[in-house]
Order: sequence, then C-alpha cells, then structure tokens
Amino acid sequence: MSAECVPVAPAEHAAPTSPATPSGRDGDLPVPVTGWGRTAPSAALLVRPRTHEEAVAAVHRCGNRGTIARGLGRAYGDAAQNAGGAVLDTTGLDRIRTIDAEGGVVVCDAGVSLHRLMEVLLPLGWFVPVTPGTRYVTVGGAVGADIHGKNHHVSGSFSRHVLSLELLTADGEVRTVVPGTELFDATTGGMGLTGVVLSATVRLHPVETSLMSVDTERAGDLDDLMARLTAHDDRHRYSVAWIDLVARGAATGRAVLTRGEHAPLDALPARARRRPLEFRPRQFPPAPAFVPEGLLGRASVSLFNELWYRRAPRARRGQLQSIPAFFHPLDGVPHWNRVYGRSGFVQYQFVVGHGQEEALRTIVRRVARHGCPSFLAVLKRFGEGDPGWLSFPMPGWTLALDVPAGLPGLGPFLDGLDQVVADCGGRVYLAKDSRLRPELLSVMYPGLDRFRALRARLDPRGVFVSDLSRRLSL
Amino acid sequence: MKDAFGTPQTLLVLGGTSEIGLATARRLVARRTRTVWLAGRPSPALDSAAAGLRELGADVRTVVFDALNPSGHEEALGKVFAEGDIDMVLLAFGVLGDQAHDEARPLDAVRVAQTNYTGAVSSGLICAGALQAQGHGSLVVLSSVAGERARRANFIYGSSKAGLDTFTQGLGDALHGTGVHVMVVRPGFVRSRMTAGLVEAPLATTPDQVAQAIEKGLRRRSETVWVPGVLRVVMSALRHVPRPLFRRLPV
Repeated sequence: MSAECVPVAPAEHAAPTSPATPSGRDGDLPVPVTGWGRTAPSAALLVRPRTHEEAVAAVHRCGNRGTIARGLGRAYGDAAQNAGGAVLDTTGLDRIRTIDAEGGVVVCDAGVSLHRLMEVLLPLGWFVPVTPGTRYVTVGGAVGADIHGKNHHVSGSFSRHVLSLELLTADGEVRTVVPGTELFDATTGGMGLTGVVLSATVRLHPVETSLMSVDTERAGDLDDLMARLTAHDDRHRYSVAWIDLVARGAATGRAVLTRGEHAPLDALPARARRRPLEFRPRQFPPAPAFVPEGLLGRASVSLFNELWYRRAPRARRGQLQSIPAFFHPLDGVPHWNRVYGRSGFVQYQFVVGHGQEEALRTIVRRVARHGCPSFLAVLKRFGEGDPGWLSFPMPGWTLALDVPAGLPGLGPFLDGLDQVVADCGGRVYLAKDSRLRPELLSVMYPGLDRFRALRARLDPRGVFVSDLSRRLSL
Repeated sequence: MKDAFGTPQTLLVLGGTSEIGLATARRLVARRTRTVWLAGRPSPALDSAAAGLRELGADVRTVVFDALNPSGHEEALGKVFAEGDIDMVLLAFGVLGDQAHDEARPLDAVRVAQTNYTGAVSSGLICAGALQAQGHGSLVVLSSVAGERARRANFIYGSSKAGLDTFTQGLGDALHGTGVHVMVVRPGFVRSRMTAGLVEAPLATTPDQVAQAIEKGLRRRSETVWVPGVLRVVMSALRHVPRPLFRRLPV
C-alpha cells in the first residue's frame, strides 16, 4: 500500500549547511565554497532550485564553466565545488513524496537528508538502509558518493538499496534510471558527474525500536583487532573499530570495537517500551568560529586517545544506545570541522583487499611513526562491493583517518601511503579526497575509462564539472 | 586545481628566468605541478630554464612577455589563460638597479620603477581578473623587505617594491572572498645573481629557502610571508626607529 505522504515543511537542519554556503541565497555574485575539510576554497554562483523544473532551468543556464550538485557539503574535499561556475544547492529539493509504510519503500527528492528521513521513518518502524558517520548527508549525495556504513559487510553500499533514480542529464532530460543499467552504475559513486539526481526510490530496513544494542570490546594491538574483526563480524549487523593511530610500539593499532544490532522491543526496559521508536537527537553548542591553529597537536591527541581507550570497557554486551550516539556521535556538535583551524583538515580513507593485511600493517605503522595527530581513525571490514564504476567499497579492510592539513610534510607522506594502497590493488575514497595524484586514479579505479567514455557521450559539452573532476581529470 | 595543501597543478611564472621563480617551480614540480608556463623575454636563459624544468618531468611552455611593455601584457597573458586554468601565478620579475648610477641617470631609475612597479600593476591586474573569472588560484607576488622602509643604500629599488607591496595588499583585499588567494612574499637579502658582488646583509637567505617559504604559505593560505620568518619581528621594530637614528644604522 502506498500512502501519500507527508507534511514535509522545509527541513529544519539542526546542523546547517557548511559555513561556506549561505543557505537559500540565489546569488548573482560568486561565493567561496569549500568541502567539509575546509581546504582549497573556490568561488561559484550558488543556485538553489525549489522544484525539478527550476533545476532543469538552472542546468540550462549554467554557463561555460558548468555546474555540480551540492547537498549538505559533507564531502571532505572538492567534490561539490565548481570554481568559476555554478553550484546547484539541492537542499531546496526537500520533499518526501511517498512512503510505503508496509513494504518499506520511500520515494524522496535528492535534497532530503538522512536526518529528515530518520525523523519521518523511525516512528513508522523503518530505518535508512545505510548511514555513514553523519546524518547530515542528502539522498542525492548518498547516491553520488555511493556511501557505506557500519553494516557494509552485511548490506553493501547505499546503491544496493536504490530501486530507481530520476536523473537530470546534460541534455536537459530527466531520465528514470534503474539498477542493472550502465547509467545507474556510472551514477552511483559517480560524484555527481553524470547529472543531477532529482529523486530516488529507496528500500528501507525494518526496526522494532530506535535503540541499538551495542557490544564493546578492546583490542590490544592491530593483529588482535584484525583477528577479532575477522572472527565475529558476520554475527553483527553493524561493526566498526576506533583505532589509536598515535600509539606506538607494542600498542600500535590498539582499538575499541563497537558492534551493534537494532534492539528488539523485548530488550527495552519497561519505561522505554512505551515509546520504542522515539528519535530525539541531542545538540551541543557549535564549535567556535575561530580556533587557533595547532590545537590538535600530537600531545593533545595522544592524551585524548589514551583517555578514550582507557574509558572503553574491556568487554561489555548489550548496552542500549540511541541511534545518534551509536552512528553519529559528532553530529551533536555542529561545525565540529572548525576545530582544525584555518588550514582545515584532510580525511584519508582507503581500502585494501583481503589478503593485503601486510599493506594495512605497513600503513598503520607508518602513521604511528610519522606522528600524525589523528583522533578520528576508524577501521572496518567491507563485504562485497557494488557495481558502481567509481564506487569505493570492495571486499577488504578500510581505514579512515583525519589529519590537520597544516601538518608539515603531510602531502608527501600521504602520497607515499597512496603508493602502498595502489600497489596492492586498493583505492582511496573520492568523496573524501582532496589531494590524490591524478596518475594513480586509473590504477585504483579500473572502471575509470568506461566512466570517462560514458561522460564523453552523455555530456559532450562538459556541463557537469567539479573541482574534483578538474583536479583528477575524471 | 590546487590540492588540499594549496599545491598547484599548473603554474605561470612571470619572469621566467628568476632564480626564486625557478626554485619555486622546481619545488612545486616535485609535488603536484605538471604544467609550467615561463613568461619572459626570449633568451637562451629562458630556454635553458624551460629545459631544466622539463627534465624534472613538467610540461613546460614559454610565452613572450616584457615587463617594460605593458601594452603587450593583455595579449601575452590572455594567450596563456585561454589554454586552460592556471592554479598559481608567481610574479617574480624585477630588477635591482644600481643605486649610485641610477641616482645620476634618472631615466635608468625610471626603468627600475617601470619594471618593478608599473609592469607589475598591469600584469598583476590582468592575472587577477583571469583568476577571478576561473574562481580559484593563487597570485604570489615577490616583494622585498626593502619596501618596508626607505634606506639610503637602495631607495630607488625599495620605493618600487614599496609600491608593488602596497598594490598587492590592496589587490588581495579586493579579491578577498572571490576564491582567489593573493600572497605577498617579503624576502630579505637573497644570495642570487641579482645580489652578486654586493655586501651581504644580516639574515641573508637563498632562493630555495624563499621557495620553501612560498610552499608553506600556500599550504596555510597566508597573506604575507617573510623570509626568513624572523624578519617580521625585526622589521616591525625597525619601522618604528626614529629617522635621525635610522639614518645612522648600518643597515
């Protein structure tokens, strides 16, 4: 049964769009735009269509430096910037069109955030199929980056749950794109370069409650961690490890594993059972607008990591946590990206296949030795990849770490890590990239030539272009 | 495009035989820079500069450019920008002149001023406009500590750099928020061809050190860079020394 839905007023985003994006301003003047990492700003005209028709018109009008869709600006690098051209802010396309409350399918505009979907869907007993570490990404962005979450080993990436898309292509046509087609595989993970996703039909995951039942354990070093992840990952829907990349010596790669399930109703205490599907994320004050450079140095991060590791229980089972606490701890602090100061930060995420554990060990050792002050480092095991040509996940190990961009020598250091990753058939994640050597791209993404050929055919004038696509010649 | 550390993929050096310009280009080519335009008067020095960078793996092109001929700047630089985006323009041309000689021959003094200042005004504005249109890029201008305060020993050169420095600061303010980054670089005494035979000043530096400071400035998106960094403190003190006293200082 398909129920017409829903009273969707313009979404109130608790954490608004990136500070570089004055929301709702249809500018005549270019404004500087950056990714979430706040590096390499470039200026573009912001256009914020409110309807599909306005989006079509905006693409027609975009001028000779083209356009790129941008959601909530959570891509870390330059994927949603378009220097000298137009940036199509999709957050105005924010309608949830239909919800099939029995079959668990939602049809919504591309600018709807996962946060909004959770607000609307959880009370109906449904959860988004895949969520990354933030709720403040749009459905369009989730498709463009083919995002993954802590359940990748079970559920794959976002595109696996997309039943169809409406895509506005360079010729101004709106096409319905379904899985199994070339255009679908080029678009999922295609970083917005095949067109503007206008809406998507997404299959949902049923839940009995809005709480998570979480098991926590500590791993003393990297080998211990990998053994634990390998042995028990398939028993849990969600699984991830926070890893201390500052620790050296015998403690190199020590970590805290957290794994969870959606808690069944009978796991809840009596009081909570009265409102099992409540969703009320807490908000803290935002990070200050100005933070002095170098706040996150080696000493402060070491201290933080030490405390974080010690604070975690050696082993605890069945702890009940809210969805924001389990999935999106940083969303509680709006603009947390400012804590890295003016130079911003780089998030480095790569994947290496199973059997390439030695490469992973090499990288973890190098990061620890180099003294990268990284307090957000996450390791997880990916399951089967999805068919997107530029989709990031592939079966194996993925590690993500944040590092201040102002750290001296960071560029050459990360180039060295890229080489290790490329040599063993791995790749880095384009939604987070801001610095990859263009020469390595085709080594990491074997589908790149097909992607380029399809773009050349579909968009010969180069209407869809971003700083990322210019930098890497995508 | 620039990467997260401000390193450009394409570089235009105005003053293609400048030692600081080439040291910077070499440094950037070792990182991300793949295309380098060298703008200068045709000469064997320009050709060998291009050849040197090619050996490092860069795609190097040269363009005829004469700082003393502002009316030709639009055409020459327009040609470069028509070929594609430029991520960084390094304005590196300049002449030191010979103070004693130039004081006696005003026309030669004017030549110093025209090269260092007038030539930079026209080419700087043209590049700034092009960078603004492409919505990104860095304009890095080589100024000098000599522009901070007039000195008996080189006030003709110093005044031209003072003009250039003020011009660049204003341009940086004008371009604030346009996606274009403008950076003034103020080296002290640089050991190079330009200063060969001169008595070395304290805190002397080298083209390589200037290049290193430029790379760091790009990473931090600095607006002003002193080379060496301690000159910032030294000059802010010297600036406030009373003139009767300053005249007698051995600087």
